[in-house]
Amino acid sequence: MLSYILRRLAATIPTLLIVSLFIFSLLYIGGGDPAAMLAGGEASAVEVEKIRETLGLNDPYLSRYMDWLTAALQGDLGQSLYSQKPVTELILQRVEPTAMLTVTTMIVVLVLSIPLGILAAWQAGRATDRAVMIFAVVGFSVPIFVVAYVGIYFFSVQWRLLPVQGYTSPFEDFPDFLGHMVLPSLALGLTLSALVARITRASMLEVLSQHYIRTARAKGLGDRPMLLRHALKNAAVPIVTVIGLAVATLIGGVVVTETVFAIPGVGRLTVDAILRRDFPVIQGVLLVFSFVYVLVNLAVDLSYSLFDPRIRYR
Amino acid sequence: MTDTANPPVPATPGRLRVMLRRHPTILWGSGILGLVLLLAVLAPVAFTADPRQVFPLDRLKPPTGAHWFGTDMLGRDIYSRTVYGARISLIVGFSVAACSVAAGLAIGLVAGSNRWADAVLMRILDGVMSIPAVLLAIALMAVSGAGIGNVILALTVAETPGVARLVRGVVLSLREQPFIEAAVASGSRYGSILLRHMLPNTVAPLLVQGTYVCAAAMLLEAVLSFIGAGTPPDVPSWGNMMAEGRAYFAIAPQIILFPGLLLSLTVLAVNLIGDGLRDALDPRLARQH
Repeated sequence: MLSYILRRLAATIPTLLIVSLFIFSLLYIGGGDPAAMLAGGEASAVEVEKIRETLGLNDPYLSRYMDWLTAALQGDLGQSLYSQKPVTELILQRVEPTAMLTVTTMIVVLVLSIPLGILAAWQAGRATDRAVMIFAVVGFSVPIFVVAYVGIYFFSVQWRLLPVQGYTSPFEDFPDFLGHMVLPSLALGLTLSALVARITRASMLEVLSQHYIRTARAKGLGDRPMLLRHALKNAAVPIVTVIGLAVATLIGGVVVTETVFAIPGVGRLTVDAILRRDFPVIQGVLLVFSFVYVLVNLAVDLSYSLFDPRIRYR
Repeated sequence: MTDTANPPVPATPGRLRVMLRRHPTILWGSGILGLVLLLAVLAPVAFTADPRQVFPLDRLKPPTGAHWFGTDMLGRDIYSRTVYGARISLIVGFSVAACSVAAGLAIGLVAGSNRWADAVLMRILDGVMSIPAVLLAIALMAVSGAGIGNVILALTVAETPGVARLVRGVVLSLREQPFIEAAVASGSRYGSILLRHMLPNTVAPLLVQGTYVCAAAMLLEAVLSFIGAGTPPDVPSWGNMMAEGRAYFAIAPQIILFPGLLLSLTVLAVNLIGDGLRDALDPRLARQH
């Protein structure tokens, strides 16, 4: 198992190299002069030249990439052009709200989607199934900010049940933290829940048509143990796979959700960096998010053996 | 009896009609999308005002007879802006779908045919796909600057890898099929096998994937514009309208609500078409979903 994990980790290296090369090249894809772009429209030629020199833009391309990558691997993602602070520090300051939002959203998704998917598969073809499927299609079509603003309008503005915006750390005031997290995690979780509920239903239906389920029924097993003990476990692999892939949607959603709810996380940092054309920050955030995404999907691959003992890693 | 060369073709019940009856979601989706499309095409005559015209005295008005959807913080007519916004959304959705299907098809066919190209292309696509689509599009927009063309380009880059992977998968599985082996054995050149036997088999999955790409592109365009990295601020796109309405949401929810509603409805329509097409074109999947 350990050697398998190590080999899989090694296999992600080429992917991550390409990701990093791509992110590094972003500055040059636009076709313009990066130094002029970084300096902004009003900069004089002298200022542009100064930026070019400090960033080492006069060096050959690949050597600049290697320098950037070596520094990144040592935790140095460069300096923000706007605040002059190290990018790593900026990201680390913002990690907590984003991590918390991701965790609460995942809880919402799991609590909402898996029971719904099981229910729909169990009631396949009936009204309940229809309702869940309609939820799945609609939930997948409504943009996060629409859900978010409708939620804010009713729960915060009209009924004054929840705070409108902002963030409180759970380590300072836990109830307040929960209040702030309800709407963001619901808004962000809805799209993902729709996706996961759909796959849960499909995967459960596939399993429920198997012979051993018929046998289980024939020996008089009740619906509940049949669904939860026999079917769900065998249906788990596709569900976990989709959850892993959905992390990409989640990361994208974090950017929007943090903007709508004024949560000071990495997503908000990304948006601010874009509006200020703060390229070192943009590159740093992209690199970190992509790295997380690749690792999550590696973890998903490895988790298969937990759900299905037939899958062994050697 | 001399005209036996052209026997009358019996009127088939119409595969399209059968398909629509069996999969009513396609009909629903097309109906809604058709309405939005009609509204967008007829925007200048669809009872609209100039979407950029300001009525300073009518700012932040709720829906009335004169302004069906109310007015925004500058007193612009939200109904007109929403109708014109449909144009942007549809143009972006359809263009991105067409461009990424074309690019993905080309890349996928090459990757599926040549082992060396496959190894190189798939590594690159894996890399691009490990950057979440929204972030990739945001980054590309940050480099290239606001503009509809740039939005289409950025979203195409983000969506193409998925299409390419799909095509490659189809080509690889087709290569094992007896009819392809037969074509090879009978001496067909690879190019003609690719065009005459493989290409037609990619049409159905591409149609389905294309609709999903279209829906995703419309959502992503709104996201990009919403966070200020999409269409230029003076363009009345749905994302821009919702971004403008943020500060006034508590007093004038209509600024966000109407474009948001229309966006949801349009995306829903496209997704319904996609679901219906998938079920209709792939009976194996229809059983599961």
